[in-house]
Amino acid sequence: MYSDKVMDHFTNPRNVGDMADADGVGQEGNPTCGDAMKIYIKVKDDRIVDAKFKTFGCGAAIAVSSMVTEMVKGKTLDEALAISKEAVANELGGLPPQKMHCSMLGSDALKKAIEDYRSRQK
Amino acid sequence: MKKYYVDHVATNPLHPDVLKAMMPYFTEEFGNPLSVYEYGMKAKAAIESAREQVAGLVNAKPAEIIFTASGAEANNFALRGIALARQNEGKHLLVSRMEHHSVLNAARFLEKSGFTVTYLPVDKQGFVAPETVKKMITKETTLISVTHASSEVGTIEPIQEIVAIAKERNISVHTDAVATTGNIPVDMPDLGVDVMSMAAHQFYGPKGAGALVVKQGTRIVPLIYGGIQESGRRAGTENVPAIVGMGKAAELAKAELQERMAYLRPLRDKIIDAMANVERVYLTGDRNNRLPAHASFCAEYIEGEAMLLLLAAKGIFSASGSACSSKALKASPVLLSMGIPSGLAQGSIVFSLGMGNTPEDIDYIAAEFPAVIKRLREISPYSQGWGDKEEGGSCTATK
Repeated sequence: MYSDKVMDHFTNPRNVGDMADADGVGQEGNPTCGDAMKIYIKVKDDRIVDAKFKTFGCGAAIAVSSMVTEMVKGKTLDEALAISKEAVANELGGLPPQKMHCSMLGSDALKKAIEDYRSRQK
Repeated sequence: MKKYYVDHVATNPLHPDVLKAMMPYFTEEFGNPLSVYEYGMKAKAAIESAREQVAGLVNAKPAEIIFTASGAEANNFALRGIALARQNEGKHLLVSRMEHHSVLNAARFLEKSGFTVTYLPVDKQGFVAPETVKKMITKETTLISVTHASSEVGTIEPIQEIVAIAKERNISVHTDAVATTGNIPVDMPDLGVDVMSMAAHQFYGPKGAGALVVKQGTRIVPLIYGGIQESGRRAGTENVPAIVGMGKAAELAKAELQERMAYLRPLRDKIIDAMANVERVYLTGDRNNRLPAHASFCAEYIEGEAMLLLLAAKGIFSASGSACSSKALKASPVLLSMGIPSGLAQGSIVFSLGMGNTPEDIDYIAAEFPAVIKRLREISPYSQGWGDKEEGGSCTATK
């Protein structure tokens, strides 16, 4: 059902953990739906220098979180905002159709983290 | 890697003797039971012999057995067939919230067709209370459908008490006995129901073979129209090998039932006892009045599909009622109907045992399971508690 890449990121997720000194935090979804993601970012000079996540959810949700946090590292905030759910899914070697919402959850949680960072700068 | 199959509610492997009994009917005895010559007569004799074997398993009369292609077909047939046959007497049905999708969705179809359906609530252990049934009956009620046992939580329902209430009011009772037939004693006259569904692959028979047992004298409208097969109540050329297999499986189940139960119960209890020691893992369904090979739980703060995948990576094959593990992306209505919070229901896990499992299998599962739980909780944002569940906005699962 899942690609090797999804299984790799699910069984060996990168960047799992909380970030006490995060510059931005975004959460999307809730347990009622079966998936909830929390993404933390560390920003320096408008660039994401570190990202971590905590996710409650299925294999795809965990793999998406892992992949999103990998993809954003080193990107400017605008570049990170441009990451679409399709881009995340493609990086993972595709997701089953019924799991595409997991990918959206990842890009949405990331957007919220960036918005949170920007609102803190005002 | 060694495989630990503990998803017998999904399906069972075929018993070797069943396969042996079926084989000739794929090859040399391929006749159509309706044919008048020798091939036909042999096929006809084979299905009639299977009918006797299946009837014997549930203490019914052979003429009361209608072969179907699945338990789901039998459930659809029962609801639609009885509701339509009795629609001049009333158009109200009582259906429990513990039912399989094939009962619930058949009930929804009837609702769209002008019937009224009241869904019977259940308590925390998953029991339908007979007093509730009594309260919800109306003058229009013609049929009550309550599962004999739920394959999701294993709770065995008080069918006889419900039948006693129904009989006083001339209401028909259907029970979905797919999870129980061949696994615990199922005596149809003793249960007192009018119609009962079963499926062969739940007792080491083949897939594609089920039956609806219809008590003599019960009016039922066919689901499939056509020829005179199954006394005109279920048309279509019979799946002879599958029916023969179901017959053999029924015969074996009847002969070995006590032995199988005596073997499986301690294994089930072993797994339940082991899970009691895992932090924040809760048994679902009743502790005692449950299927002999069924152990179901909810693990807090984690999601079922992720659990299934990590267990599968360790060779353990089990089931879950979580939203993500279902194609519909909805948490099990059975778990929600028992009052289990929707977040906790996502952590559903079901181990259902079979004759191929050993006490060593349970030791292995009990040893591996806590590590899987721990791993996922490390990833979960809720490892310290659910907190404000609504944080993060609304549900996107339906998008």
